[in-house]
Amino acid sequence: MAEGGRRGFWEVMNNIDRRIIFLILAVCVTIPLIVSTGGEIKPTAPVIRAHASVESLSPGDYMMISIDFDATSAPELMPMLRAVLRQAFEKDVKIIMLGHIAIGLPLGHMALEQVAAEYDKEYGVDYVDLGYRPGYIAVMIAMGREIEDIFASDYQGTPLREMPVTADIHSYDDIDLLFGFEHGAVIDYWVRYTQARFDQRMTFGTTAVMAPDAYPYLQSGQIEGLVGGLKGAAEYETLIGQPGLGTRGMPAQQWAHLLVIGFIVLGNLGYYFTRKRGRGAA
Amino acid sequence: MKRTVPLLITFLTGFFLIVSFFVPHEPFGQLEQRLLVWFAIVSGFAMLLGVDSLFRAHLKRIVRAREGRWHSLALLLSLVVTLAVGIIGFARFGSPFHMQSPFMFVYTYGIIPLQATMFALLAFYIASASYRAFRARNTVATLLLVSAVIVMLGRVPIGAAISQFFPVAQEWIMDVPQLAAKRGIQIGAALGAVSMSLRILLGIERSYLS
Repeated sequence: MAEGGRRGFWEVMNNIDRRIIFLILAVCVTIPLIVSTGGEIKPTAPVIRAHASVESLSPGDYMMISIDFDATSAPELMPMLRAVLRQAFEKDVKIIMLGHIAIGLPLGHMALEQVAAEYDKEYGVDYVDLGYRPGYIAVMIAMGREIEDIFASDYQGTPLREMPVTADIHSYDDIDLLFGFEHGAVIDYWVRYTQARFDQRMTFGTTAVMAPDAYPYLQSGQIEGLVGGLKGAAEYETLIGQPGLGTRGMPAQQWAHLLVIGFIVLGNLGYYFTRKRGRGAA
Repeated sequence: MKRTVPLLITFLTGFFLIVSFFVPHEPFGQLEQRLLVWFAIVSGFAMLLGVDSLFRAHLKRIVRAREGRWHSLALLLSLVVTLAVGIIGFARFGSPFHMQSPFMFVYTYGIIPLQATMFALLAFYIASASYRAFRARNTVATLLLVSAVIVMLGRVPIGAAISQFFPVAQEWIMDVPQLAAKRGIQIGAALGAVSMSLRILLGIERSYLS
């Protein structure tokens, strides 16, 4: 009887309605966002290297920021974008923003305007948004010779030569660091066509699911640092000493991970016991 | 003739770009730059063709009252409204991406939440799939499962709170076995891309002509 009861229990555990799973996940993600339950965030080597690459810039140096994501990846990439912008503006680094995902570029623009206002930076003098041009690889390679050939003006139509921030900018030779925010294969294009051909210094922030794709470039030294996912964003915020949405999101991610692990264990125990019973019956 | 000329154009253009990659001096450098700018322009027109194709397909579905016509109507209305507010933003502020532009209002309160919601659904499906499909059926599946658990624990603060093993093991998994597999895949994909490019340049692969 006891054995039969146990088997019945595992059969039930092996067939939980997915709506119950959805509900538990929703609760596990929502409550930690309201009541913070996060632990200590310890920066890892790839994020420390990414932070160091921006830290190595001097006042007046140029950092090109590429927005290669859209709203689907905003919860992971926007916190790290804001953190990188804060660090750069703190150091009086000039920002040139552009992007290869048309629908995501306004996100970058919003973050740029928000952080620039925090540091009293002036558009056209301290930073500029070049906008979007189609062509991915063609755009990247052409900028190696003359940026103006591709971006004759900024997103508002102001010619590059009429703005102090871009008056003397011609190619990657004038860009001290490229920081790309990626949720897809554009990172491969940047490394293969811009780093390999023009020896451009570059660092990337990626979604957690894309980070493994960037590890070979990190190990080979083709990219200087890597900020991966919400965890990376939280680590970066820790390094600049300004906790933001990345840090606030970590408890939710933590409980979601624990829940998924719990489901994996539960599913496997149910699988083991129901299979054992099936063999016994045979 | 109909096939020979496009094949010749493909071969000469490809050959020229390969040479200019290794010889950046004149006249290759300047000509390559010209071709790259043309490519960017053609890409822009390709996007217009995409919009045209999308518009026609959904308009046809609405006119012929086929199944899903209401979804098509919602799509076309959204497309027209977004385009209209973009034009208004351009006329009033010089760019639809100006922070006070009506396009940015639609973007902030329409496009962002819709895209984020669609992607957020993935978390629910992952949770459900982890419970139903992630089973230790054999040695390889068990290895994958154990690695996944270590990485998931190692990437959140509670992993380090339980044991320092998790963040260290997580970094090792990412730095060694994961990286080795990923590099192998990348080298394989690159060799495949080189092979396919050569087939196209030499006219062996012609499916793009049909």
